[in-house]
Amino acid sequence: MEQTYFEDVEAGSSMPTLRKDPTSQSLVKYAGASGDFYQIHYDVEYAKNNGLPGIILHGALKNAFLGQLMTDYVGHNGTLKKLTCQYRAMDIPGTPVFAKGTVTKKYVSGDENIVECDIWLENNKGEKTTPGSAIVSLPNKP
Amino acid sequence: MTESVITQEMEDAIGVESKPITYSIEKNAIMRFAQAIGDTNPIFSNEEAARDTPYKGMVAPPTFLRSIAHVEDTNEPEKTIKSPYSANVDAGSEWEYFEPIHVGDTITSTTYLSKLEEKQGGKFGNMLIMTRETKYINQNTVIVAFQRTTGISYQP
Repeated sequence: MEQTYFEDVEAGSSMPTLRKDPTSQSLVKYAGASGDFYQIHYDVEYAKNNGLPGIILHGALKNAFLGQLMTDYVGHNGTLKKLTCQYRAMDIPGTPVFAKGTVTKKYVSGDENIVECDIWLENNKGEKTTPGSAIVSLPNKP
Repeated sequence: MTESVITQEMEDAIGVESKPITYSIEKNAIMRFAQAIGDTNPIFSNEEAARDTPYKGMVAPPTFLRSIAHVEDTNEPEKTIKSPYSANVDAGSEWEYFEPIHVGDTITSTTYLSKLEEKQGGKFGNMLIMTRETKYINQNTVIVAFQRTTGISYQP
């Protein structure tokens, strides 16, 4: 796994995009793995009766995708300290979502190299359905 | 402005901690979670490879702890506040991480409702917005993570 170092990043740096292709099966798998069995995520009729267009991705699954974006970015020697997101728009299975991020700030605090990022999930129309932010610490180059 | 749907009983539930839930962090549960989200990072799925990292073994992905909330019903404060609306959606989540969560850890979580707000004529019509805070503590009584979630309840 590639390691990002503090020296490699600056405000404006972007991180590698993480593409996900969730299917209805992914939502059932996530329901099973997380224990969240709310029917709007796998029962089309139930979702429609709740005013939704059909089944939608779990907010927590989108949160997990953004978590992966960050753990991939910090590598095994960096640390994720804070992860925030807002579910502004729904995402549906069968279309890809893209987790993306850019660095907004870097500074040293105590003995930690802190990097702050804007992160988001984008649908295939380029709409940011799930904006958020993250704070990480990164190692120095050996 | 019609009458508030926030009752005294609901107001009284704010700040009341739930019964603690204790959960063992199991290797297979982590692997199943990582597989479900499609994350192939070896620290979440390969004990041997994870041993060669600074974590010295498998750890839980950042949002894994969310699954503890679904182990028992007691961690669902909305059950005690009885929203007048039947449908729910997640609105947002905020995590703070202090220590890695290792396989074999025992995590105890407590949740409380921190805020209740109502909005009329929003995206879903009339809505009740609930913010909850959950603290996760390990077997060494170290706080490993903190989560703040916002949920919207509405009438479909």
